[in-house]
Amino acid sequence: MRKLLLCTALIVVLAAFLYVSINPADFGYSTGDHLVFGHPRYVDMDDYFIHNGQNQTGANNIVTSIVFDYRGFDTLGEASVLFTAVLAVGMVLRALRRDAK
Amino acid sequence: MMSKIVRTQANFLYPLIMIFGFYIVAHGHLTPGGGFQGGAVIATGVALIAVAYSYKNVKTWIKKTRLTATEAIGLLTFIITALLGISRSFFYNWLANTGLLFGQPVPYGINPGYLNTAGTLPIMNFAVGIEVLGGLGVIIMYYLHYIKEVSKNAV
Repeated sequence: MRKLLLCTALIVVLAAFLYVSINPADFGYSTGDHLVFGHPRYVDMDDYFIHNGQNQTGANNIVTSIVFDYRGFDTLGEASVLFTAVLAVGMVLRALRRDAK
Repeated sequence: MMSKIVRTQANFLYPLIMIFGFYIVAHGHLTPGGGFQGGAVIATGVALIAVAYSYKNVKTWIKKTRLTATEAIGLLTFIITALLGISRSFFYNWLANTGLLFGQPVPYGINPGYLNTAGTLPIMNFAVGIEVLGGLGVIIMYYLHYIKEVSKNAV
């Protein structure tokens, strides 16, 4: 039963990916005869970052300017996740050590 | 403790790994990479030293409490740097284009990459790099400590 479920899920995912790769025009731009993949339809925000990122933050690396400036809250969450992971590792291993004694 | 060959290689590679990691952190606003990646590279150096020399020697050189303090200082610096721009908004880049530290204006388009730019981004990169270095390093040290305890109890 579980194997059947897994196979069904796999086939559904495979069909979705195949559909996207056969009809990329539904998910991106098509330039002339060629259906170009990787051209997103909504590019307003990308254009804003590319044109204003260097002036507003002064960083050449636009990825860094997005990660640390425009989307700083996300990075704060990542740092907190690492901090929490260290806390959890310390707690678990300390408790195991006390058990061993 | 590993053999002399491994220790010699570790002695040779350790400064290179450190320099590479700090380079990635310091140039986070110019080249691919940044605090997280650079901190992970530096933590690899800690792991290399901990593998080449035994944990018994390494724990006197690299103290867990100091690594934890480094991690906390990094996270605090990150949050304080973000809070200092609270007059405009949280995470406002209050140093960019001011002419102060890291405040050099950068020309639009392709340029050679000036290190003294990008405002708060290098400070945050350093803070996150220090935090990742402390976090991953202390996780490595905790695991080695635990392996030591388990093997002692087993034998």
